[in-house]
Amino acid sequence: MAKIKKVKVDRRGFLKGAAVGAASAVVTGTAAEAQEQLAQRNATAQPNATTVAADTGIRPVVSSRIIEKPGSDFMVDVLKTLDLEYVAANPGSTFEGLHESLINYGDNKMPELLTCCHEESAVAMSHGYYKIEGKPMMALIHGTIGLQHASMAIYNAYADRVPIYMVVGDHADGAERASGVQSLHSAQDMGGLVRDFTKWDDQPYSLGHFAESAVRAYNIATTPPMGPTLITMNAELQLHPNTQTGLRIPKLSRTAPPQGDSAAVAQAAQWLVNAESPMIMTERTARTPNGMKLMIELAETLQAPVSSSERMDFPNRHPMAGTGGPGYEPDVTISLEVNDVSGTARAARARNARTISISSIDLSHKANIQEFGHYSEVDLDIGADAEATLPALIEQCKKLITPDRRRAMDARGAKIAAAHQEIRRRNIELASVGWDASPVSLNRLCAELWPQIKDLDWSLVSWQGFISGWPGRLWNFDKHYQYIGGQGAGGMGYGAPAAVGAALANKKHGRFSVSIQTDGDLNYAPGVLWTAAHHRIPLLTIMHNNRGYHQEVMFIEQAASIRNRGADRAHIGTKLWDPDINYAKMAQAYGMEGFGPITDPKDLAPTFRKAIELVGKGEPAMIDVVTQPR
Amino acid sequence: MIKLFWILTLPLLLAGAAAAQTAPSDKAPGDAKHGKDLFARYSCYACHGFSGQNGNGARLVPMKFPQAGFIAYVRNPPRPNQMPSFSAKVLADTDLGDIYAYIKTLPDSAPPASSVPILSQILSQNQ
Repeated sequence: MAKIKKVKVDRRGFLKGAAVGAASAVVTGTAAEAQEQLAQRNATAQPNATTVAADTGIRPVVSSRIIEKPGSDFMVDVLKTLDLEYVAANPGSTFEGLHESLINYGDNKMPELLTCCHEESAVAMSHGYYKIEGKPMMALIHGTIGLQHASMAIYNAYADRVPIYMVVGDHADGAERASGVQSLHSAQDMGGLVRDFTKWDDQPYSLGHFAESAVRAYNIATTPPMGPTLITMNAELQLHPNTQTGLRIPKLSRTAPPQGDSAAVAQAAQWLVNAESPMIMTERTARTPNGMKLMIELAETLQAPVSSSERMDFPNRHPMAGTGGPGYEPDVTISLEVNDVSGTARAARARNARTISISSIDLSHKANIQEFGHYSEVDLDIGADAEATLPALIEQCKKLITPDRRRAMDARGAKIAAAHQEIRRRNIELASVGWDASPVSLNRLCAELWPQIKDLDWSLVSWQGFISGWPGRLWNFDKHYQYIGGQGAGGMGYGAPAAVGAALANKKHGRFSVSIQTDGDLNYAPGVLWTAAHHRIPLLTIMHNNRGYHQEVMFIEQAASIRNRGADRAHIGTKLWDPDINYAKMAQAYGMEGFGPITDPKDLAPTFRKAIELVGKGEPAMIDVVTQPR
Repeated sequence: MIKLFWILTLPLLLAGAAAAQTAPSDKAPGDAKHGKDLFARYSCYACHGFSGQNGNGARLVPMKFPQAGFIAYVRNPPRPNQMPSFSAKVLADTDLGDIYAYIKTLPDSAPPASSVPILSQILSQNQ
């Protein structure tokens, strides 16, 4: 910020200035004229402000410095219509006007400001919050530098089809902004920095325009396919007085999610009902709790197995959960909100089977980043929201099922249920492998945790990908809020803040949130632990401390093998040891209780008990467990 | 999910295949102490766990290959995209013999699930 040089004017200085002024007058006219002018000036007794300024170059005190009605107050009025509970932010001067309005004019309620230590944390917290609450949270972001910090988390949310309501500051007016940091934090096209992976952005140039765009951004973000939206908010709009009259805030109109074409849905139903071995694959179908109910209804109607990944779309202990068991080869596969169906379609073609896709993803593509995967040669592609289409599909299926088909389906269902049961039994048998191992095995960690949380209203707010899916193999997931899934774009640094955001959403429902947190991920921006402590967000974090970026160890090992070189250097650049990081101390430094490090699996149960009790009282806590790699 | 299925079941299939082809060897010539160092240094733990039985890779404990079968497997694994091969240039037969000796010292810690109260309870839980 540019510093204003303040000049103090005392009486002596004033008189000196007056004398200089007088001398100037003397040399520009006759002596008599000068005397006359001097007499006139003395006659006024006190110089007015204009005279002082003219004589000394000092700017007069401007009484209008006080702005009673800044533009950012109106922005708060707009934001308050959008049912935003929280706004996550790392402070930045490009939004200082709105920041002040939020906490004072808006009374720091709806939305309440959350102090974040990194913009990536602010966006990823919003990401995790949505996955539990089903509505967006706001992330308030500093111009250019903050937005670049946030960009990875934005990309994760984009790839995960998660709406984030983002507002970024900008000193847009080049005539008003100062040199230095104000220029460094400004951009001609702020949204352009992240446009490849935001669904929509705008830069309003008036308060009326802000109101319209702010409401529009919310609706676009939450319409399938969902995604982050961005409003660039000029600093001048925030800071200048609101002099606009007749301003109004548009009503939020919600766009209904698109349903599949009725003829295409009827065709899909016919293929599914007549299939001998149908399969349902899902990634991000259940947008709402009702979505999971619909998934169950479809599976039970068809007696078809459901292979679910990414989100909590289907209960893991339902008899139809899984891939149907060994040897089950689908003749018709329906993919619901699956990002890349190409592999499934390719395999289906090879055995003359059919593939159906119902997804909203194809309704909104961008060109640059290739997150959409391969082109999928499916036999029936329905561009629609899967959850919105399921009622019609289920109804069509039910109409077509004859008694003969029902008998065949029921027979199939019994086999699938038996296979499911057998796979479940084998998974539990596998859970005893390395039971007493040190470092602690992940199967034992998850097995020891389950009996202590199963009678709580629990929620797993972390991804299972790096922990060999043990919770899914041992625990009973049957509620939509019991699992939040992964990063979206595979970007590390998501896990810890998403867990905190999800735990924040669970807090008001009185749920117990637990995260099995990978060490590499936490070290991107561990300051979010402080955010959890500061805002009293109850969350049990259990460190999966395998002391490294383990996936990369395996990749380097594979690369070395292909080149006929040893893997004895695979630890270089991949391991987090020497020194080992003590996460219990890290937690304590950030203001929460920290336990461990635990290396003996016998210490798990008593430590879990202590930590769960603490979290039950409304605090975050962390347990450092030194673990096997996977 | 299909990928995950193979990650989870492949180790079992491999262990089963090995057991079918070869008789277990109870003698382990080689320097187990050196083998322990190599097991860590060459990142064997990355897929098989420090325990030799936890991770994405095949379960090595109890070792069902004889030493010669183990060396042959490491030199030319049937699915090299999952199990990287280690040539003689990288690890000599004597080194692999030492690793084999070390693996043979690792305790088999896999009691039946029914004998572990927690797992037994999970087994008995309803759908």
